[in-house]
Amino acid sequence: MPESNDKTELLRDQIIRSYDSKTPLVIQAGNSKSFYGRDVEGESLLLAGHQGILSYQASELVITARSGTRLSELESALDEHGQQLAFEPPLHTDQATLGGAIASGLSGPARAFRGAARDFVLGAKIINGKGELMQFGGQVMKNVAGYDVSRLMVGAQGTLGVLTEISLKVLPKTEAETTLAFDVDAAQGHQWLRDWLHQGQPITASCHYQGTLSVRLSSTANSIAQAYKKMGGEMASGGLWPQLRHQTHPYFQQDHLWRLSLPPSTSIHNEDKQLIEWGGALRWKASNSELFEQARRLHGHATRYTLRAASTQQIFQPLQASMLAIQKRIKHAFDPRNILNPNRLYQEL
Amino acid sequence: MNTSSPDRKPIIRCLQKILPTASVLHDAEDLRPYECDGLSAYQQVPMVVVLPETVEQIEHILTFCTKQQIPVVARGAGTGLSGGALPLENGILISLARFNRILKVDIENRTAVVQPGVRNLAISDAVSQHGLYYAPDPSSQIACSIGGNVAENAGGVHCLKYGLTVHNITRLEVITMRGEHLTIGGDALDSPGYDLLALMTGSEGLLGIITEITVKLLPTPKAANVILASFADVATAGQAVSNVIADGILPAGLELMDNAAIGAADDFVNAGYPRDAAAILLCEIDGTDAEVADQLAQAQQVLSRSGATEIRVAEDEQQRARFWAGRKAAFPAVGRLSPDYYCMDGTIPRHQIADVLTRISELSDEYGLPIVNVFHAGDGNLHPLILYDANIEGELERTEELGGRILEICVEAGGTITGEHGVGMEKINQMCFQFNEQELLQFHAIKQAFDPDGLLNPGKGIPTLHRCAEFGAMHVHHGQLPHPELERF
Repeated sequence: MPESNDKTELLRDQIIRSYDSKTPLVIQAGNSKSFYGRDVEGESLLLAGHQGILSYQASELVITARSGTRLSELESALDEHGQQLAFEPPLHTDQATLGGAIASGLSGPARAFRGAARDFVLGAKIINGKGELMQFGGQVMKNVAGYDVSRLMVGAQGTLGVLTEISLKVLPKTEAETTLAFDVDAAQGHQWLRDWLHQGQPITASCHYQGTLSVRLSSTANSIAQAYKKMGGEMASGGLWPQLRHQTHPYFQQDHLWRLSLPPSTSIHNEDKQLIEWGGALRWKASNSELFEQARRLHGHATRYTLRAASTQQIFQPLQASMLAIQKRIKHAFDPRNILNPNRLYQEL
Repeated sequence: MNTSSPDRKPIIRCLQKILPTASVLHDAEDLRPYECDGLSAYQQVPMVVVLPETVEQIEHILTFCTKQQIPVVARGAGTGLSGGALPLENGILISLARFNRILKVDIENRTAVVQPGVRNLAISDAVSQHGLYYAPDPSSQIACSIGGNVAENAGGVHCLKYGLTVHNITRLEVITMRGEHLTIGGDALDSPGYDLLALMTGSEGLLGIITEITVKLLPTPKAANVILASFADVATAGQAVSNVIADGILPAGLELMDNAAIGAADDFVNAGYPRDAAAILLCEIDGTDAEVADQLAQAQQVLSRSGATEIRVAEDEQQRARFWAGRKAAFPAVGRLSPDYYCMDGTIPRHQIADVLTRISELSDEYGLPIVNVFHAGDGNLHPLILYDANIEGELERTEELGGRILEICVEAGGTITGEHGVGMEKINQMCFQFNEQELLQFHAIKQAFDPDGLLNPGKGIPTLHRCAEFGAMHVHHGQLPHPELERF
C-alpha cells in the first residue's frame, strides 16, 4: 500500500503522547528556517511527509494544501494559471514548505505593497497542544465567524498549534514587470519613493543598496510605460528581486545581521551601510551590538538575523511586560503543557 | 426591567465619581436610545450608559466593573447589523461616541491615528486634500465608527482588491477588563510576538476596549470606471463573476443585483438600470489611467464572452456615480418594497453563487417570503434580503428560520455564516453549525486569556456549549443531534 500523504492522525497521536508525558516537541518540516528563532530541545515532530495540494480553483483565488507541501510545488501549480503567492515567501532552500512560510510569517520584497503572509491566510487546520484537531477560517474571502485564529498562527512558529492545512488567497500575476534603477543616495531615493507611492505608481518592490535605488513596477505594459515616462531611471534586470526574496543576496550571508522593521519615513543616514527594502520600512544592518533599544526608540523592532543555526540568544525584540503577560496567557490557552516548540520565540513563551 | 431597582443606585454613585454626572445616563428616557443597534429586532435597555471622554476614565470604569463583577458592553455608532452592541439588563453600556477625534495624520507614512468613535467616512474626508483615503467602505460608512469597524472586521464594496479592516490597520491601543493597557501592532509594518492585531480585529468587543487606532491610508486611484453588464438569468451572471476573476482581473468592486433589486433601486434613485434584466453586474476598475483603460477593455471582453446581453461603460464621472448610486441605495430602496426586511450575510466560494442562489429562491417559495439579492459577488459575500411584515403574527419567526436555513446552505457550500456583519447576538446559534465543541472551547480559552471573568460583552459572538445543546435540541441537523455528549434540558 502506498504511504499516505495525510499524516494528520500520526501527528495527533504524537502530540497526545507528548501532552501525556510532557515531552517538548521540535516542529520541523523543510528545516530551512531553523535559524529564525531560539534553539528548542525536544523530540522532533516531522511534517515533511504531510503534503499535497487539496484544492485549487483559479477562479476562486484560493489554494488549500497540507502544511508539509513544498512551496516550489505550490508555486508551480499557481504559475500554470498565471497566479502567485503575492507576499513572496522566502525559499531559503528548495525544501521550504507552506507550513514553514506561514509559521514564520516571513514575507518578501512585495510585502510593503501587496501585503504580508498574514494578509493572505484565509483559514487553517491546526492541532493544539492537547492534540485537538481544529479548523478556523475557511476558503472564502471574508469570514468573521469566531476569533481569527488562523491569522494568529502566522509568525507563531507552531508554538500555539501545529498547522496541518492552510488556505491562502492568491493573486493573478500582472501582465508585465519592469525594474528601474537610479543612482541616488538612500535619503534622497526614499524621498522619491514616497512621492511615487503617493502618486499611485504601480510599485511592487524597492531596494536601496550601495548607492543604487531599484524599483520594481508590476502592471499592464501600457501602465508601466506610462510610469517609466514619469519616473525615469535606467531599465535594469529583475535578477535582484529573487536574491532579496530568498535571501541569497551576498548581503544576507554576513554574520551579525539585524533586521530592523521601522516606520517607513524613519530618517536615513547615508553613511550607514544598510540594505533598505519595503519603501524604507525594512532595513538590514550588520552590527556587533544589539539593536533592540535603537529600534524601540525609532518606534519599530529589531530581529537578530543570522542565516545559521538557531541560537540561545535573544532573537526577537523583547516585549513589554503587559504584552508578554497576555501572550503567555494565549500560549497557555492553546498549549497548556508548553510542549509545542517551547521557548522558540522567547524564553518565556 | 425595573429601572428603579435599588442595587443600581450605589453603582450609579460610584460611576459619578469616575465621570461627570452628565456622562452617566440612568433615566429611562435617556437609556431608551441605546436599547438596540442596527439590528432592531433585538432590544434591551441597559442598566446604565456611560460616556467617557478619556482613556483613564475607561480604565477606571473597567476596573470598577471587574471589582463589582458587572458586565460591560461597548458601543460605537450603533450601526452594527448583528446585535453585537445589544445592551445587557444588568450591564453597563460604554458609549465611545465622545472618542471622536482624529489625533494625527501622517502624510509621510500614509497613516492616521484616530479615536474609535471617529466615523469611517470622516477619515477619508479629512485626508482627501492630500490625495489619500481609507479603503474599507462598509455601506454604513457615513455613520459607522472605526472602532466598530475593527470590532467587526468590516468590509465593503472594495475588499476584494483592498482588503478588510484587518488589512488596513497597523496599531491598536486596548484596555482589558483588568485595566491593562496594551499596544497591539505598531508603526512599523509588522511587530514581534503573536499577531494580536488579527485576533482583536473582528473580536466583537469580547476581548478588550479599543481606545486608539492607527489606520493605513492609500493614494486615491488616479482613474476609475465602471461597467454595467446585464444578464438574462442570475446563474449566468454568477458564472461571469468567476470568469472575470479567472481571467486575471482584480476589480475594485464586483457587485451583483437581481431583478427585484434592480427595479427597487431604479425606482428610488433613477440609476438608469436595465429594468428587464434578470441580473446586472457592476464591475469597477481602478488604478493608473493606462491600467484602467487596459482592464476595462479586457473585462468587457470577458463579460461579453460570459453571456452578457448588454454591456455599458460609464461615459463620464456623472454616469459612473449614477450606476453606483443605485447599488448604494439598494437597501433603503428594498425597504420601500416591504414593511420590514432581514439582511443575511453568508459568504460562499464564488463558483457556488449560481447554485446557492437557486436554492435560496426555492426556500423563498417554500416559505412564501420574497427574497431580494444584492451583494458583493466578487467576494462571494451574499446579502439576501428577506421581505416580511413584523406586524403579521409569526412572520418574524418564520423569517428568522428561513435566514437560519440560508446560513446553513452557505456553510454546506463551503462558506461561512457571516462575511462582514459579525455573529453578535443574531447568529450565535448558527455558530454551533460552523464550529464543533473543541473549537468553541478554544475560543472560550482565548476569551479567558483576555477577560478571565467573562465580563466583556457576554452572550455574544461565541456560544456556550450549553447554548448549542439547547439550540440543537430544537433544531436537528441532517438527522444528527449536535453535541450528543451533553445533557439536555
